[in-house]
Amino acid sequence: MLNIPCPYCGPRTETEFTYGGPSHVTRPEFKSTDIEWTHYLYHRENPKGPYCERWLHSFGCGRWFNAMRDTTTHEILKVYLLGETSQIDEGAR
Amino acid sequence: MSAPGPYRLKVSADAPPVKFRFDGRVVSGIDGDTVASALLANGFRVVSRSFKFHRPRGIFSAGYEEPNALVQVHSGEYAIACARATQIPLSTGLEVSSEVGWPSLSFDALRAIDLVHSVFAAGFYNKTFIWPSWHIYEPLIRKLAGFGRAPTGPDPDRYESRNAHCDVLVIGGGTAGVAAARTATADGRRVILAEYGDIPGGDGSPLHKLENLRVLPRTAAVAYYDHNLVTLAETFAGRVDARRPRERLWLVRAGRVVLATGAIEQPLVFSNNDRPGIMLAGAALKFLKVHGIATGRQVVVATNNDSAYTVARELRRAGVNVIAIVDSRESPPDELLKEMSALEIAVHKHCMPIDTQGFSALKGVTIATLGAGRDVTNIRKIACDALLVSGGWSPTMHLFAQAGGKLKFSDTSRTFEPAAAHPSIEIVGSAMGTGFGEIGERLSPVGNTARQWVDLRHDVTVADIELAVRENFTAVEHIKRYTTLGMSVDQGKVGQAPGIEVIARTLGRRPSELGHTTFRPPFVPVTLGTMVGRNVGDLYAPYRRSPLYALQASAGAFFEDFGEWQRPAAFPRAGASRRETMTREVKQVRSGVGLYDASPLGKIELIGPDALEFADRFYISNLATLKPERARYSIMLRETGIIFDDGTVVVLGPDRVLLTTTSTGAWRVAQWLEEWRQCEWPELRVVVASVTDQWATVALTGQHARTILKRLKPDCDLSNAVFPHLSFRATRLLGGEARIYRVSFSGELTYEINVPAHKGSALWGSLLEEGRFFGIEPFGVDALLHMRMEKGFIHVGADTDGTTVPDDIGFGRPAAAKQSHYIGKRSLALPENVRPDRLQLIGLEGVGAAALPVGSHLHLRGSSEATDGWITSAGALSTDGKPVAMAMLRAGRRQMDKVVTVHDAGRVVMTARVVAPMFYDPSGARMNA
Repeated sequence: MLNIPCPYCGPRTETEFTYGGPSHVTRPEFKSTDIEWTHYLYHRENPKGPYCERWLHSFGCGRWFNAMRDTTTHEILKVYLLGETSQIDEGAR
Repeated sequence: MSAPGPYRLKVSADAPPVKFRFDGRVVSGIDGDTVASALLANGFRVVSRSFKFHRPRGIFSAGYEEPNALVQVHSGEYAIACARATQIPLSTGLEVSSEVGWPSLSFDALRAIDLVHSVFAAGFYNKTFIWPSWHIYEPLIRKLAGFGRAPTGPDPDRYESRNAHCDVLVIGGGTAGVAAARTATADGRRVILAEYGDIPGGDGSPLHKLENLRVLPRTAAVAYYDHNLVTLAETFAGRVDARRPRERLWLVRAGRVVLATGAIEQPLVFSNNDRPGIMLAGAALKFLKVHGIATGRQVVVATNNDSAYTVARELRRAGVNVIAIVDSRESPPDELLKEMSALEIAVHKHCMPIDTQGFSALKGVTIATLGAGRDVTNIRKIACDALLVSGGWSPTMHLFAQAGGKLKFSDTSRTFEPAAAHPSIEIVGSAMGTGFGEIGERLSPVGNTARQWVDLRHDVTVADIELAVRENFTAVEHIKRYTTLGMSVDQGKVGQAPGIEVIARTLGRRPSELGHTTFRPPFVPVTLGTMVGRNVGDLYAPYRRSPLYALQASAGAFFEDFGEWQRPAAFPRAGASRRETMTREVKQVRSGVGLYDASPLGKIELIGPDALEFADRFYISNLATLKPERARYSIMLRETGIIFDDGTVVVLGPDRVLLTTTSTGAWRVAQWLEEWRQCEWPELRVVVASVTDQWATVALTGQHARTILKRLKPDCDLSNAVFPHLSFRATRLLGGEARIYRVSFSGELTYEINVPAHKGSALWGSLLEEGRFFGIEPFGVDALLHMRMEKGFIHVGADTDGTTVPDDIGFGRPAAAKQSHYIGKRSLALPENVRPDRLQLIGLEGVGAAALPVGSHLHLRGSSEATDGWITSAGALSTDGKPVAMAMLRAGRRQMDKVVTVHDAGRVVMTARVVAPMFYDPSGARMNA
């Protein structure tokens, strides 16, 4: 069970959180092709190593934030607020 | 004082005797015994039968790794199956029985299986009992296998769980663990020390005086999860007592973890190495030192390392006749040889046991001198009644491996050792795997491999592994599954290292080239009760109950779970069935008036200047044109275009919008809105407030609804002209605020009246009082769902599923007409969502009187599809009893008036005609009245 450092509340156990999938996914324009749109809906990266994700502290402050997690060790490398970018985003994605 | 049990060497005068029963016989032990030590003291050799061959088996170890001595403890609802006799503290009145053996442990008729053992090789079941079906054979085979007996009733014991945090968690309370715990506390760190057995020094140990140290004896560390979360299972000593918890699960989040878990002695592999009387040498030492028991009168020790010499020495000093040491090494250390010589114990160097004699008790061992390759010379027999074996020690690395630590088989220590350090784990003591001296051969080079056991409990022999390799299994994980090696109760704790060596020898490879099987939690068996804790029965999940719950309960409501809510399904009168009650309640509402509790209906307020703009982005209907005091029904989609929830939208004011959701969807919808508010549209000035619990909602429905409500004198005009269907008033009622909707799920004139939750009971009572003249009655969810089916109103999640888009249920037009953007809009244009042969909502009228079964499949004439759709809701019409249904049908709106066949449970049960999904008051005159 992960120990997730909520940027608002501090470290809390995983059962207090809701997972929200990868961060920084760009929604295509409405006029995008069907292929682009379905890729956005259904295709996700599954990298080995650092991965940026959205988490909701649902049984805590109720706020969403970003966390970068290493998918091989589950180490939380950093947490940062919505709207912020991870410094090593590009490497992670 | 005479020692209880002929094998007890000495006993201190103050150890009180303890009597218990084993297979019905009264047996005496002393305080401090385990069941295993008491049985040994009394000369019990056979305590169980093996799993497959029903071979007689004795106690093999003195700890949690015990593979043989599994017994049944207690009976009835307290029964515990497959308990390890080595782990059960003795207590007066304890009932213990053997698990395998028919008709009895001493005469097991099924041992005939052992005589034809060659038939029962690895994979036997998979190869033999496949025709026509395994399930035919399974019950008999299960009986033959003789699992323990399950409790006969619900567990009467209480279990607890708790969370804990510490800077250092020390696992293992031996010398190394205690020292580590002491050291860790020195600079003020919070330390937890968990020990499976009792802590040396007992409860009086000075350790208990350290303020920042919590000592947990009789506590097993069973699992290691991410970020140093370790679960501990604490067992409370003593008798079963309903007033106290039996076990407690700890969830410990530790800064660092120290593993002082010690090592598990491994056996030697030779023919008939399973006979009662053969035991791990270290276990014999523990039985001697802790319990004062001699494990035999004529003892032979067989070893491949130095540790067993200590056992021989201590037994001899205690007066036990140790005849010989058989050491597979060519040159054991000189000082050990000198010591044995002084104790007059013969040492047979470079020798191994190759066979044993006896059946229910050991009579002798055959040893041989090892030669080149697999040759042996000088075969001779030694008579003995106990053979103590030591095949080296495997560090207990289960938790290390669970934590992601890498292990590697060392060809010198002949066991798995940590291959690299783990960032948050320290290993101390014998768990480090050093200090056992040179380790010699542990596999006999000769003998009948079908009688050489590697896994005692599951009867896996060297021959089984050889067979697996012959059949082309080469991976350790595959060989494990094919032979079931290491899959029994002890999970391969005894025999893991020799098992790897046998696999390597058979494959012609070095053990260090092979991997190991995955170490999975739990480390030792844990009762389900401990895992579950208090989360059973009423405490399994919290109930949600409306503020009207108690009132309705006293009115005789029959409650059922709808999602998390307990809602009245019906209000049955004495003797009436649920179905009869539903029919009566529908008739009551259709012909007069009724009321029901709609409080669970989800209610969410959006507050802020952008509230309406925010709401508009979620619904398929255009909300920009929504006038004040009007309510609009609409549908919410996921981004995939799939229907997610439905409800009404009301504009309360310039910066306030009120949404209703389905009862079970309220939480989901609130979370969904919040996610978009925070993550996608932070620029919108709006907050989302879930107000479901703030309001009690009573729906007054039927032709007399207006008359009755009027008598409560609401502060608004109820006439249809100014307060029509699909409108809303924020007003006053019963001296307080109220929100009244005109919406209808039943198809009758309906007012949904919301008052602050604490006033719900007053409202309910007043409506019943004012409605008495009209024969008002409460009704339940059954009747409501039936009435909405007659009206063709969808129930999201019942009529729709995870594939349904708005056009499928007839809402394609508003969804397409809305110009502004909303969630899911783009997806509605995907080719899949506009396919002409999609399932569409239709109505069915049954041909004949029989009911249309919900869930039955539909078939169109001439169709080659496996199914053309299914029935989602059904019932008998309240007007004329005709069987009708709502259904999803392939291109359904183009099939009007066609006849479909209805398939239930694989048979055609009836035919039905396709009609519009509207069976009652199609013009809507009644709800618009």
